[in-house]
Amino acid sequence: MELFNGGHVSLRDIPVLSEKEFRDEVLLGCQKGARLANLFGSPEGEGGVRLIAILGLDEESELRILSTKISAECPRYKSLAKELPQAQLFEREIAEQWAITPEGHPWLKPVRYHPNYRGVPDLWQDVAQRTIPGAYPFYAVGGEEVHEVGVGPVHAGIIEPGHFRFQCHGEEVIHLEIQLGYQHRGIEPMMCGRDLRQGVLLSESIAGDTSIGHSTSFCEVVESLAGCTVPLKAQAIRAIALELERLANHVGDLGALGMDAGFLPTSAYFGRMRGDYLNLLLELTGNRFGKGLCRPGGVLFDMDVSMADSFCRKLKCYKKEFEEVSDLLFTRPSVLARFEGIGGISPKDAKNLGLVGPVARASQVEHDVRIDHSSGVWQFYHVPISLAATGDVYARALVRRQEVMRSLEFLLKFLPSLPQGEIFVSPGPLKTETLAVSLVEGWRGEIMHVGITDSQGALCRYKIKDPSFQNWFALTLAMRNQEISDFPLCNKSFNLSYCGHDL
Amino acid sequence: MTRFKQGCRTLRFPRGKPPVLPARYRGRPIVARKEDSVDLGKIAFIPDSGIRHSNDFRMGASRREDLMLKGDAEALAFTLNKRITKMFGRSLKLRQVSAGGCNACEADINVLNTPVFDLSRFGIQFVASPRHADGIVVTGPITRNMKEALLKTYEAIPDPKIVVAIGACAISGGIFSKSAEASKGLDALIPVDLYIPGCPPHPLTILDGFLRLIGRLKNG
Repeated sequence: MELFNGGHVSLRDIPVLSEKEFRDEVLLGCQKGARLANLFGSPEGEGGVRLIAILGLDEESELRILSTKISAECPRYKSLAKELPQAQLFEREIAEQWAITPEGHPWLKPVRYHPNYRGVPDLWQDVAQRTIPGAYPFYAVGGEEVHEVGVGPVHAGIIEPGHFRFQCHGEEVIHLEIQLGYQHRGIEPMMCGRDLRQGVLLSESIAGDTSIGHSTSFCEVVESLAGCTVPLKAQAIRAIALELERLANHVGDLGALGMDAGFLPTSAYFGRMRGDYLNLLLELTGNRFGKGLCRPGGVLFDMDVSMADSFCRKLKCYKKEFEEVSDLLFTRPSVLARFEGIGGISPKDAKNLGLVGPVARASQVEHDVRIDHSSGVWQFYHVPISLAATGDVYARALVRRQEVMRSLEFLLKFLPSLPQGEIFVSPGPLKTETLAVSLVEGWRGEIMHVGITDSQGALCRYKIKDPSFQNWFALTLAMRNQEISDFPLCNKSFNLSYCGHDL
Repeated sequence: MTRFKQGCRTLRFPRGKPPVLPARYRGRPIVARKEDSVDLGKIAFIPDSGIRHSNDFRMGASRREDLMLKGDAEALAFTLNKRITKMFGRSLKLRQVSAGGCNACEADINVLNTPVFDLSRFGIQFVASPRHADGIVVTGPITRNMKEALLKTYEAIPDPKIVVAIGACAISGGIFSKSAEASKGLDALIPVDLYIPGCPPHPLTILDGFLRLIGRLKNG
């Protein structure tokens, strides 16, 4: 069954395959070049679960959706992870959320340490009672001269919690394993029900630095389920806010990279410039992270011609400043020596792991939702894709720099020709027993929300996928055979979300 | 040359007139009727809640009950603790712990270290180890999985120590207060000396709160 970004489909029309057919279809699809964009469970009937896979056919701008049923009597299926590495975390998530065993999974352990949603015994005993710090199995490397370094959950800076376990030989990292779940707030079950107002507030707090990205995605799911068309002006304002969010974060990331390479002036300058974009969001939405802007049916804040003009004037200045400071960063031999050849990810690995966003594009994977699955104003405005080939820290920095320039160019072109009209329509009731999907290219990459309604038109399953969910594994791969002292730099070059992963 | 062009960007705050934030900024609520009250520790500062907001960023309070904004209040009450101002007024080292926060509060705390706010000019600094700290700054609704790590960090800080709760989630659980995975506020676990409401609070709100706590901002 084919579906487009922002589309919806009746649950009855999603093909239900046998477990073997499902498995073969997913594997074959991915062999032919599709991505496993999502794989999740949804409750069905008496204690049963329907596994739903969404394949991303990026070149065709399509999503293919297929499913299989897992009965309450036999909660198991044959794991895909060995043949399809990008399935590994999805399968662990399903195992934890629905207590379904993926047989033959290479490294089956909990993701977020919470009780399952089916109300049956968990696959891991007392997973819900145990507090996680320290209480998890790690892949250990043997040998007399091998030592282990454990970091977290409380880190040195003002950042979110997570545990990192390094297996080292001298300075060299042989293996890194990351255990997250500390930020788990139970957002997915809280999204269900009829309270769409609570839903949109939660979506703004999935990852605060991606408030616009996630709330846009939530709104698009609800709008698709309600069959309402959002006014063009509202779509335009969402796109402007999304790009401001991208600008703020990319500029901040470049500053953080400067800091970890030991080049402090760029860190101070970029750190301040990041605030300029957040202040534009504040001017538009009343909140530095854009909370309160997107609501199902449109946006709550309008942008008039004088505001668009003033944004344009400011952005022209910011563009010049950005060019100057990024030239300063990218032309210093001491900075380049720290960036180049560190934490490389090959294009093949990037594809195999299903990486998304700037991390994937730095490894030459041509995938950007704004281009591949365009919706809203992206159907009329083409933003060129930013690619790099080497997959190292340098490439990830370079992609961010290019994307900053392209977002600025887009805004400078788009703001003077802002469409006029309404900014909000009432979305109306949701269709019953329907699934809707929305993709948004957040600054970290592809955000995917899937909403499913029950026979009364209330949300009965809500699936959120932050880009970090797929990209965390890339960090562990990037650290192989690197020096442990390069970890902070490597980590910053990914800058993944803990709370977006933990939900 | 680039350095020269950047110039000095540090705010004059707290000297002179306080900076004016944009009209749409949602700061301290306006409670119209005398008998009404708004709990600053619970609200998410959203535009469609029915609450009217001023663009006054000053919202920090040292007592939970002072966050209950009544219709007849002129300004937010701030009760000074002489012991804190004497001990930490000139040097305050803080350890931050994120306990389920969405990273918005964390991001705007980080902003205080940029040249614009330049927190260290007030003798306030964020440190890496709780052993080096005089206090703890907590964000997030204190998730079940983070509770133990938070309490251990708190215990590792030598006495006497102060506790700061930043954001609606840390103060009351915020929008996550209904979740079984989250708590209903930091002060149920450890005593809190400073509450800074917001979702997330503006960096100026946080700075203003810190300065009030250490007695560097006495009026207004």
